[in-house]
Amino acid sequence: MIEIKDLGFAYDKQTILENINLTVNAKDFLAIIGPNGGGKSTLLKLILGINPLQSGTITIEGKKPSQSLKHIGYVPQNTNINTDFPIKVIEVVMMGHIEGERPLLGYGKNEMSCAMGALVQVGMQEFAQTKIGSLSGGQRQRVMIARALCANPSILILDEPTSSIDITGQRSIYELLKKLNQQISIIVVSHDISVILEYANKAAHVNKTLSYHDISDKQNTFHTHGDKEHFCEIELLQMLAPKGCESCETEPKWRTKP
Amino acid sequence: MSEALSFDFMQHALLAGILVSFAAGIIGSLIVVNRMVFLAGGIAHTSYGGIGMAVYFGLPIFLGASLFAVGSALLIAALTLKKRHRMDTFIGLIWAVGMAIGVILVDLTPGYNVDLMSYLFGSILAVSSEDLWFMGVLLSIILAVVTVWYRDILAVSYDSEYASLRGVNVTFFYTLILILSALTVVIAIKVVGLILVIAMLTIPVYIAEKLSKSLFSMMFLSGLIATLFTLAGLWLSYTYNLTSGASIIMVSALSLGVFLLGYKVK
Repeated sequence: MIEIKDLGFAYDKQTILENINLTVNAKDFLAIIGPNGGGKSTLLKLILGINPLQSGTITIEGKKPSQSLKHIGYVPQNTNINTDFPIKVIEVVMMGHIEGERPLLGYGKNEMSCAMGALVQVGMQEFAQTKIGSLSGGQRQRVMIARALCANPSILILDEPTSSIDITGQRSIYELLKKLNQQISIIVVSHDISVILEYANKAAHVNKTLSYHDISDKQNTFHTHGDKEHFCEIELLQMLAPKGCESCETEPKWRTKP
Repeated sequence: MSEALSFDFMQHALLAGILVSFAAGIIGSLIVVNRMVFLAGGIAHTSYGGIGMAVYFGLPIFLGASLFAVGSALLIAALTLKKRHRMDTFIGLIWAVGMAIGVILVDLTPGYNVDLMSYLFGSILAVSSEDLWFMGVLLSIILAVVTVWYRDILAVSYDSEYASLRGVNVTFFYTLILILSALTVVIAIKVVGLILVIAMLTIPVYIAEKLSKSLFSMMFLSGLIATLFTLAGLWLSYTYNLTSGASIIMVSALSLGVFLLGYKVK
């Protein structure tokens, strides 16, 4: 589905990414972690075709990123969204439709039904005519996922989808992604390692270079203490970044198995 | 007031007030949601350079101001498309340079003593038939553009990066919004003057934004509210012999105060 080979990227002569190799297969759930400034967002922008390729190759379903817009649904970080903007939920979702044939004025029936279908998928259909600013952070994020689903993508890419959402909302978003993962591939940039462990089947640590592990079998990172199973975040990080990563945590942090 | 309406100049003023208010309501909505208020202020003041140019070369004032305002809008678009974080610096620069050019060109015009106050604070009672035509044509263009490209303008205004990923030509629509803003500022100068134009582009829009669920209803409601403020200001100006532009803005500001009080109580 996505094939990245020998990818490198520099900005103002400063190397951001080098020698990146990554394969994402159908129905993979890939979690990308790494320190701030490590190149995670740059990698996403290269996959999305926002940043131009400098070295290496990226192919999505055998095509260049710029020719693969219809295969990718994208949910950006929600930090730039203006919550005062007067816009209805249904209008936001219809923005996900790829430009192409369209009526002279307004939206076509096809786009409307496609957007309603996407809202049903994320459980937000009853809010179609609601002003988006009046929704909670978790509900808004569901709408953004519906916008990304509007073009029927085969890959969904999410950049920090649960930042500024409460714990209940976060879990609900990841449960939704798990459900969507039965049909499409998911790539998530996240700082929440416990979520990665629970939902992802592959994890990549990006800090200029990329190390990549299959974590479908998560037993290695769990330990039994008393009657509870725990996992260690640092152990997972060491698996992903065996040479160590100065920016990541160095003290072991234990969490109860979800 | 009915006696006043028998005068040609008053009929022109009313018509100009309605045309400009609707244009300001629609374009003001785009300026506010795109967070371009400072930019519109910059274009308004820069257009004084065009007024000076028109005076110096003997051109119609509207033409000179429009050319200069559109030119500065294009320059701002070119400078800020790649470096939006430096937008305030570029606007501040163009704002001051435009005004300086205008002042110098007026100084250099032999035997001409232009009534600067009429451009700073508006002269709605001096609107000519040609001015009305210009305003009418511009409002028609604005209506046509926002009707045909509503969804693209909405997408670019709400989330330009995402719009670009979905194939919308963000550069084109960003530039188009800037050009329409520049032309609207030029016609609004005739009504309220270049110093007060920002208030006309933002106060009705701010009220409408609180009451609207969609950009379309916000644009329509802003136009309606701006028209009410303009007509009320005009009545106040005629009755108490006050400057029309300042009267319109004071009516708008007081109404905003009352609205915000009511909105908070609610």
